Amino acid sequence: MAEITKEQVEHVAHLARLAVTEEEVEHLVDELSAIIEYAELLNELDTEGIEPTTHVLDLKNVMRKDEPKEWITQGDALRNAPDHKDGQFRVPSILE
Amino acid sequence: MNFETIIGLEVHVELKTKSKIFSPSVNEFGSDPNTNVNPIDLGYPGTLPVLNEEAVNFAMKAAMALNCEIATNTKFDRKNYFYPDNPKAYQISQFDQPIGENGWIEIEVNGKKKRIGITRLHLEEDAGKLTHGDDGYSYVDFNRQGTPLIEIVSEPDMRSPEEAYAYLEKLKNIIQYTGVSDVKMQEGSLRCDANISLRPIGQEKFGTKAELKNLNSFSYVQKGLEFEEKRQEKVLLSGGEILQETRRYDEKTKETLLMRVKEGSDDYRYFPEPDLVPLYIDDAWKERVRSEIPELPDARKQRYVAELGLSEYDAEVLTSTKQMSDFFEEAVGHGAEVKQASNWLMGEVSAYMNKHLKELNDLAITPEALAKMIQLIEDGTISSKIAKKVFAELVENGGEPEQIVKEKGLVQISDPAQLQEIVNKILDENEQSIIDFKAGKGKALGFLVGQIMKATKGQANPPMVNKILGEEINKR
Amino acid sequence: MSLFDHTIKELEAMLHSKEITVLDLVEESYQRIEEVDGQVHAFLTLDKENALAKAKVLDEHPDAAAKLFGIPGGIKDNIMTKGLRTTCASQFLDNFNDPLYDATVVEKLNNEQYIAVGKLNMDEFAMGSSNENSSYDPTRNPWNTDYVPGGSSGGSAAAVAAGEVLFSLGSDTGGSIRQPAAFCGVVGMKPTYGRVSRSGLVAFASSLDQVGPITRTVEDNARVLEVIAGHDKMDSTSANLEVPAYTEALTGDVKGLKIAVPKEYLAEGVAPEVRESVLEALKVYESLGATWEEVSIPHSKYAVAAYYLISSSEASANLARFDGVRYGVRTENADNMIDMFKKSRSEGFGPEVKRRIMLGTFALSSGYYDAYYKKAQQVRTLIKNDFDKIFEEYDVIIGPTSPTTAFKVGEKIDDPLTMYADDVLTVPVNLAGVPGISIPCGFSPEGLPIGLQIIGKHFDESTVYRTAHAFEQATDYHTKRPQLGGAN
Repeated sequence: MAEITKEQVEHVAHLARLAVTEEEVEHLVDELSAIIEYAELLNELDTEGIEPTTHVLDLKNVMRKDEPKEWITQGDALRNAPDHKDGQFRVPSILE
Repeated sequence: MNFETIIGLEVHVELKTKSKIFSPSVNEFGSDPNTNVNPIDLGYPGTLPVLNEEAVNFAMKAAMALNCEIATNTKFDRKNYFYPDNPKAYQISQFDQPIGENGWIEIEVNGKKKRIGITRLHLEEDAGKLTHGDDGYSYVDFNRQGTPLIEIVSEPDMRSPEEAYAYLEKLKNIIQYTGVSDVKMQEGSLRCDANISLRPIGQEKFGTKAELKNLNSFSYVQKGLEFEEKRQEKVLLSGGEILQETRRYDEKTKETLLMRVKEGSDDYRYFPEPDLVPLYIDDAWKERVRSEIPELPDARKQRYVAELGLSEYDAEVLTSTKQMSDFFEEAVGHGAEVKQASNWLMGEVSAYMNKHLKELNDLAITPEALAKMIQLIEDGTISSKIAKKVFAELVENGGEPEQIVKEKGLVQISDPAQLQEIVNKILDENEQSIIDFKAGKGKALGFLVGQIMKATKGQANPPMVNKILGEEINKR
Repeated sequence: MSLFDHTIKELEAMLHSKEITVLDLVEESYQRIEEVDGQVHAFLTLDKENALAKAKVLDEHPDAAAKLFGIPGGIKDNIMTKGLRTTCASQFLDNFNDPLYDATVVEKLNNEQYIAVGKLNMDEFAMGSSNENSSYDPTRNPWNTDYVPGGSSGGSAAAVAAGEVLFSLGSDTGGSIRQPAAFCGVVGMKPTYGRVSRSGLVAFASSLDQVGPITRTVEDNARVLEVIAGHDKMDSTSANLEVPAYTEALTGDVKGLKIAVPKEYLAEGVAPEVRESVLEALKVYESLGATWEEVSIPHSKYAVAAYYLISSSEASANLARFDGVRYGVRTENADNMIDMFKKSRSEGFGPEVKRRIMLGTFALSSGYYDAYYKKAQQVRTLIKNDFDKIFEEYDVIIGPTSPTTAFKVGEKIDDPLTMYADDVLTVPVNLAGVPGISIPCGFSPEGLPIGLQIIGKHFDESTVYRTAHAFEQATDYHTKRPQLGGAN
């Protein structure tokens, strides 16, 4: 039932920006299918009307005041960058 | 076949809080690249967002000004997509519980009023700025990342590009009045995408829509929509099919160009943001924000008509920008006569702004100076004609009207004895004109007035000149 | 006997009476690392020069008020340390030499004058239960280096068990502190969600992650938690509550304590020696005046499935920022931007991380969200309600930490589902957000440690510590030491 197709794996890999080889796709089809099949266990439960838990604590309205704060310099910002030039991060062209 | 045009607009407005929405970096336009950033803005591992209360207040203010219902329970969600200017690869936005819903604004096109619905207004973070070098690389500056942004989605209620233009003007004006944004399209603090489709008149179902992007001014929005209206009509009339596509407006060719065809909807994998807790906006909070909203343009306009006795048209023009309206109010507050203040702003002041492409706030003249100048006209110290000289000085260099009048010797001559002397001197020099006048040539009187004004460098009090001239000429 | 056989409290007394110096402690730490870390592989990065320098400064400026004055500790490598390489045991962050800021927990440790020895090995991005998912040499169990130390905080548990540091910090998303603590025979605490700031903890699953201490004794553990716990303005999900003096809760008195023992925690699948040890432990509690009854966590069988859906979904978003633009290792052969993203991520992440990103992306994708992600969040509510109900009547829940003792390296690596299933006893605690501790309660016939899990009510770490401490005082498992260096 919970069969995940090769096309689905490739689509999800693209969404997640992962390059996958033909071989990896095959593995992932099996592994994800097995995990998803296992997850089908949850369908035994009727969860109609049950609120999903996003936050385990009942906190609300946590905010800060609108006060600017100095933290790092431009040099810090670029320190760990794989590539940068003239104060900007440099990346391969978005044009394919 | 005749078609009806359906237009809906998505407008993004940056809020001018002091710091960013989820980090304490300075929220400022025009700084050196990557100077208004911190590890949170850069999406460093382990960093967490903390919500800026003022951003929520500003969004509520805008939503209220656009007649939206304000959510009592609201929250943030993650919108997932990869792009170099999106440092976490998700944008913190609002998915199913926007802060405002079901709003509207009223527009007027060709004298016809119309209400345009606002589906939703939600709060989110802006992305960084990506530019494309000619060296084959793209460059990212994250200063803009985390600027609080509201997205305002209209109902597909507009039926012409003109209405779309009017909607944007009105929306911009209202937001400007609330003071939550600069709404400057050239700085990107207001941005607009437009959806447009056509359907045969009488058909209920909407046609397939195209999305227009890269619309950098309101008039480009209108022009882009006009082009697109014709393009789609041509396609449909020739039996073709409109594809769901994203197109951009090219300012040079004045055409819309295909960017990409959408296949299904984008899969943003929204889910509730676990790093931020929900918001509960109770009535007290809503009321507090509501009480801080200044008078909005429509209310001001009505007041100008009802209380100040201005015409509908004058009231409309004066309230069409907050700067103009505030200037007007201040001038009146400093004692300017209402009608005079209105005339000066709509006349000389606007003309100057248009001629020099300047904003009201950039002019040297202050509302107080305008008020004083009008008072000088009212009490007869200067004539309206002289006032134009005073205005020319004020608008360029500022200063005190009284002092300008004094320094330049522009005070009006209203002393009867002095005027009588001048009048008689002119009459003495122009006997032929007296004869002409008595022979029934009315024009001669005008000539004499002109001569008197010339002799007094325009400073003679015109009504008095008329009166004395009449008396003296009759004596002869 | 090693200096590290003393408690932190004892060492503080020795330091302030000048019986020993901070330098002695720090040198002992690095000496032990030199001796045994070649076998254990607990550390990924050492900060020796700075540590020695700081030791000298501290020796000249004693501060009796500092709670961790001169105490050598190690930090799991998914906790940000300013100026000190932080890799999350991932090749993607191999060159991440200067995280720009300290995690709040690290700042708090610094305020109490601890000595940073180095950064500890882990499963890549905290995904795993064996440390075999580290992209560096995986940590081995100090009790027997053929066995795994557990995970994902395997380095943190092994370093303490091996006597390399006095305490360490780990992180626990589904058992990542408690399970390695159990496998390595040390004390590991996962505090209540919201008790400790997550600011600076590299997020795996934001709604489940918590930082906690790993130590040899309950008293040391309580002491470190006192330091790192508390409200943080940088973390909107941290609770604005006073931090109790946990060390003062250690009275040894558990008379009248009501213990719940879920039958699911002693069911089939739990190894006989583990079940025996837990039952023996319950006898100890009886002898101390506590009572226990069998209860049920009816939805516990759904916990692992719900956990993997929720944690992987959140992880798929949390790990999306590793795109090669602002930090990390970028691929060297990209043609364009999308290519750069894909190749950098694929080259930088190991198979388990990719698997979970894929699972999470799938569970959130259009058309599947309701069936998987939302469903799992609803089941989470049911599990949380199960715990709430038990805590209406009982003070603590007790059971094993893990169904088995440590397994052999390589034994389960090819079978992710079996590995996931082993988390059955720890993940419900994260889903419910309650605190849980693992303390040593016995040894298997192979001489591998067994962990006892004590679970408390929200923000009631004090009772958890009191319960754990009473057992520790009544037994001597915590005094046993692994034989390393030559014996293996």
